[in-house]
Amino acid sequence: MVPTLNGRIQTRIALLAVVGGLWTLLITPLLPDGAPLSASYRATFLVLLLVIVLGVLWELLYHFLQQFRWEKDWPTFFGLLTAINEGLLIWILIAVGVGPDVPGGSFLLHFISVWILTWLVANGPMRVPFIHWRFQGGRLI
Amino acid sequence: MTTQNIPMPGSMDPMEQDFRPTPVPGDLTPYLIDTHIWTDEMLHQAGIPIYDTPFVTVGGGIGSFVTVDYLRICGVPASSLTVLTNLDVPWSSYEYLTRVSQIPRRERLRSDSASTPDNIWGFPSYAVREAFSAKSVKDFFSPLWNVLTEPILADYYTPKAGHAFESMEREYHRIGYAQCVRKGQVRMVRRRYGGGYFTILTPPAGAAPTRRIAYRSQFVHVAVGYPGLKLLPDLQRYRETHRDPSKVVNAYEPHEHVYEQLSRRPGTVMIRGGGIVASRVLQRLIDDRDRLGLQTRVLHVFRTYVTGSHGPSIFMRRKGGDGWAYQGFNYPKSVWGGQLKAKVRKLEGAERAEEYKLMGGTNTPVRKSWQEQLKRGRAQGWYQTLIGEIAELVPGPAQTVVAHVKAAQGYIQAQADFVIDCTGLEADIREHRLLADLLDHSGAGRNPSGRLDVERTFELRGTRSEPGRLYASGSATLGGYFPGVDTFLGLQIAAQEIADDLAALGFCARLGVGRSTKQWWLWARHRPI
Ligand SMILES: Cc1cc2nc3c(=O)[nH]c(=O)nc-3n(C[C@H](O)[C@H](O)[C@H](O)COP(=O)(O)OP(=O)(O)OC[C@H]3O[C@@H](n4cnc5c(N)ncnc54)[C@H](O)[C@@H]3O)c2cc1C
Repeated sequence: MVPTLNGRIQTRIALLAVVGGLWTLLITPLLPDGAPLSASYRATFLVLLLVIVLGVLWELLYHFLQQFRWEKDWPTFFGLLTAINEGLLIWILIAVGVGPDVPGGSFLLHFISVWILTWLVANGPMRVPFIHWRFQGGRLI
Repeated sequence: MTTQNIPMPGSMDPMEQDFRPTPVPGDLTPYLIDTHIWTDEMLHQAGIPIYDTPFVTVGGGIGSFVTVDYLRICGVPASSLTVLTNLDVPWSSYEYLTRVSQIPRRERLRSDSASTPDNIWGFPSYAVREAFSAKSVKDFFSPLWNVLTEPILADYYTPKAGHAFESMEREYHRIGYAQCVRKGQVRMVRRRYGGGYFTILTPPAGAAPTRRIAYRSQFVHVAVGYPGLKLLPDLQRYRETHRDPSKVVNAYEPHEHVYEQLSRRPGTVMIRGGGIVASRVLQRLIDDRDRLGLQTRVLHVFRTYVTGSHGPSIFMRRKGGDGWAYQGFNYPKSVWGGQLKAKVRKLEGAERAEEYKLMGGTNTPVRKSWQEQLKRGRAQGWYQTLIGEIAELVPGPAQTVVAHVKAAQGYIQAQADFVIDCTGLEADIREHRLLADLLDHSGAGRNPSGRLDVERTFELRGTRSEPGRLYASGSATLGGYFPGVDTFLGLQIAAQEIADDLAALGFCARLGVGRSTKQWWLWARHRPI
């Protein structure tokens, strides 16, 4: 899928909320954070929410950067690389106490697994149920 | 002198007479030819038998194939779809053109991993399938690494031609395509009084009792590929004046004799053009040079020599160098679904034509192996470039050809044993008889780029015959709201638009989440539909 701005934002929200949400539901009890389950869920879902909300802002930047590309495309690889800047920003927020209180190991495990899973879905299986999606720059509605 | 078209499989016989001096049964009549809209009665009077079918697709190439595939997946039975074609299989014409222009089955095409004409979802893509059919660990990781890192660390992944043909063949059997095919040449499509269309087929001689057959249908789709590929005037002048068809060839003509002679004695080849075909031909010449230890020399004539990145602003700059403009595919990647697709969909008239010009121009992909070959050629002196336009070709001493090249500093003469023209000059749509007939009799018009004017749904504007619809896709419709039409993925996008329009009319099911997923599952298990 080669995104448009609108498509990026829609895909980000839908994939993280649905795929990321289901995954978070499954993986949270397995995270080594030593906290009670309800606290763990609160933390992981807050992280997910941050990835979505800050992500919409990041998408604006990515869209701007995309304008420098002749093809107006967004290589698959960039979809993985951007985990670094986005992950770092959230980690900084956690470290300065703005974000939820999660230990580093659990955060990394949760964040990276959500990222890779949604990236994989976006790069293939998503096209199966949503056959118009890839031709509309990632728009779902 | 009339310009000549390069023969292609299934191309029309331009000399074919509309009616024979002595009448034959079931032929066209002057009355039919001159009347825009036909009644059933007119065909009865001419003795042309009428067959009913809901949907006709004309051409039977890849455009027809992906459209039939889509409609089959949307629940239309094979018995409701009729393909009128001269081809044995949908990829015949395409395979011919790729083979002569030096893409045999083992070589790689120029479209991406998710451009899969055998699979409307593009999943699993060719790269993933190539990985899972690999016989070694390296062959497993290599295509995956390639798609993962393209086009940043690696060149774009592209599938092998053979992979595309074999997978299309599987889908061809799965959807029962052969059942839909009726062989012959389509002469015209006319609107029918009372709705729908008549498509007139000329079956092969002796295959039917009448010279023509009419298909009466509510829907027609026209996908006839290239209206014609032309020889450049200087090439044709040379051939006609000097009665020598062998030394000066177009890359879309069979020209193995060039490579064969070069393998027997050293020679110089003049290449003209800066597109992918030139890249292919160069690859073949240099591969042969390396493999057989030949002394082939290459003189490459560029009309426009690109020295580096070029374009009107930092937001619109295409890479280039050493003469070439570089681009992965024939259009920037986002025309098949991203920003440029969304943008052009909104543009009209001159603005749209202008956008096409900005994105267009001859270009070729950057491939590491090609870069290496040419770099070596330049360093060792056997690959040289010349900037200018070939004005005239004349015979030279010792069986050679001399080109008079109009360059910036005046005329230059260059000598070679062979000239391979790698420019693809497409004929005007009017040169295709069926398309000319649509313009003259069925209300079709031209878009800002001079080709057939289609709506966003690919309905041919001006040809409606309620409740029927006439659609067109492929090269004949280039210049419309969607630039990528003449590619695998573009033909599939057109098929999707057509299927959506037909679903709105109640002809087929809409491909929503449930149906799409279920149909994909059938595809994945290779279950016939
Ligand atoms: C050398 C080359 C390489 C290409 N490589 C790629 C690539 O790598 N990836 C990609 O996506 N695209 C590629 N394309 C572009 C495009 O996808 C193909 O050309 C594709 O075959 C177009 O499909 P089509 O149905 O429009 O035309 P075709 O496949 O050519 O089919 C049209 C058929 O209609 C038949 N026809 C014409 N008139 C009549 C008539 N009156 N009655 C009956 N039949 C008729 C013709 O015989 C022809 O066979 C390439 C094109 C060329 C020339």
